[in-house]
Amino acid sequence: MNWNWDVIVEYFPRLIDGVWVTLELIFLSGLFGLMLAVPLALMRASQSRWLRLLPFGYIFFFRGTPLLVQIFLIYYGASQFDAVRESVLWPILREPYWCAIIAFTLNTAAYSAELIRGAIQAIPKGELEAADAFGMSRWLKIRRIVLPRAFGIVLPAYGNELILMLKSSSLASTITLLDITGAARTIIARTYTPLEIFATAGVLYLTIAAIMIGCFRLLEMRLNRHQHYKMPTELSAVDPRLSD
Amino acid sequence: MTEKNIALELDDIHKSYGSLEVLKGISLSASDGEVISILGSSGSGKSTLLRCINLLERPSRGSIRIAGEALDLVPGKDGDLRAANSRQLERMRSRIGFVFQNFNLWPHKSILENIIEAPVQVLGQSRDQAISRAEELLQRVGLSDKRDVYPANLSGGQQQRVAIARALAMDPQVLLFDEPTSALDPELVNEVLAVMRSLAEEGRTMLIVTHEMRFAREVSSQVVFLHQGQIEESGTPEEVFDRPQSQRVKDFMASHA
Repeated sequence: MNWNWDVIVEYFPRLIDGVWVTLELIFLSGLFGLMLAVPLALMRASQSRWLRLLPFGYIFFFRGTPLLVQIFLIYYGASQFDAVRESVLWPILREPYWCAIIAFTLNTAAYSAELIRGAIQAIPKGELEAADAFGMSRWLKIRRIVLPRAFGIVLPAYGNELILMLKSSSLASTITLLDITGAARTIIARTYTPLEIFATAGVLYLTIAAIMIGCFRLLEMRLNRHQHYKMPTELSAVDPRLSD
Repeated sequence: MTEKNIALELDDIHKSYGSLEVLKGISLSASDGEVISILGSSGSGKSTLLRCINLLERPSRGSIRIAGEALDLVPGKDGDLRAANSRQLERMRSRIGFVFQNFNLWPHKSILENIIEAPVQVLGQSRDQAISRAEELLQRVGLSDKRDVYPANLSGGQQQRVAIARALAMDPQVLLFDEPTSALDPELVNEVLAVMRSLAEEGRTMLIVTHEMRFAREVSSQVVFLHQGQIEESGTPEEVFDRPQSQRVKDFMASHA
């Protein structure tokens, strides 16, 4: 086997360009996805039956079909409608970049909504009753108690969802985007060095994933600091009789 | 003797879960400064009654007045009553302090944040004002050094004392205690009872659901004994504890002596 370092060095800047595209994709769709997921989760956790059912079809579809199919439906499918081509949204919908972001956003929002719903429902009932008993309005309770608590609970699972999304983002390369995978495939088409370039791409994904995991660790420690029991430094703090 | 204002008035409160009738028409009134203990064996409806007062549980029938103001109730879809006006409910709830059996502190907030949360967010007090009041209250319940820790780092007794301070921070007209010492280890019960006793002595209006018979006898101005969703007997502590009329209360007192 003949391992070619030169091709890695030569095309590394192109792969780094791909890193930025990948990061943009997951950052924007993660952000939009979360903005969409929170109201959907609140609807799913609501007392009202029809509010609960409203997002069901959407979540069912996006969790039940492959992401690749969703990307193709938006990228190739939307342009089949005259109404779409004539609408003001066409300049956005004809761009593969925005099609990918829309597909990722809708996909991650569906998953995250269910994660957040689970977290909301995991909040001990008594904490919500305490909010009621103090005369908090529904929105005040959601803003001050429900969402902060739910975010603390959902964080580990949500970090996982973002890592999955990082890896799914490679599907954007199928609609001509030059993310890490897209850039790698273009380079390989020219140099015929799949092993070197895909291995480098893999290392880049791994690095991003490692950084994301680290960030979530820190965030978790910060948001869930209340869960960390601090050992009393002096025995007298445990029981006054233990002090001598 | 001066005429005292009625702080809390319950009239003919009923509560059913399906075909199970838990409260069968309970009427009760507490004047300002009165301490009423509600006794009874488990399943007698004590906690349900207390929770009906601020609509944590929705009564099926009856009326509720706090300091002369009637809570506006209308029948809901499931047949139980609900507040006609959520603003009024929120306002009335903010005037009723509720202390839970399981404390129900908000674990993601520090002790100080737990106490100032409702005064700032519900009553609209300034943060500084709420903090200085919270510090007074923490001192009063003997937990000044805990202001910046989280509930998970406190013992049950300490958490319950914080929960009482949190309720007091709203300057409530009535304080409701739902078995405040039942979740505590025996050696932690007294620190909570001591705080409650001092509240009774300063003339707070309190309704206490409890199993602490000696405490109830010492602090109460009125004792109400519930049995199967009805008031079996009520009166001064001397009447109910020493000269109970009903056989049921006699048996209960004998087994709790």
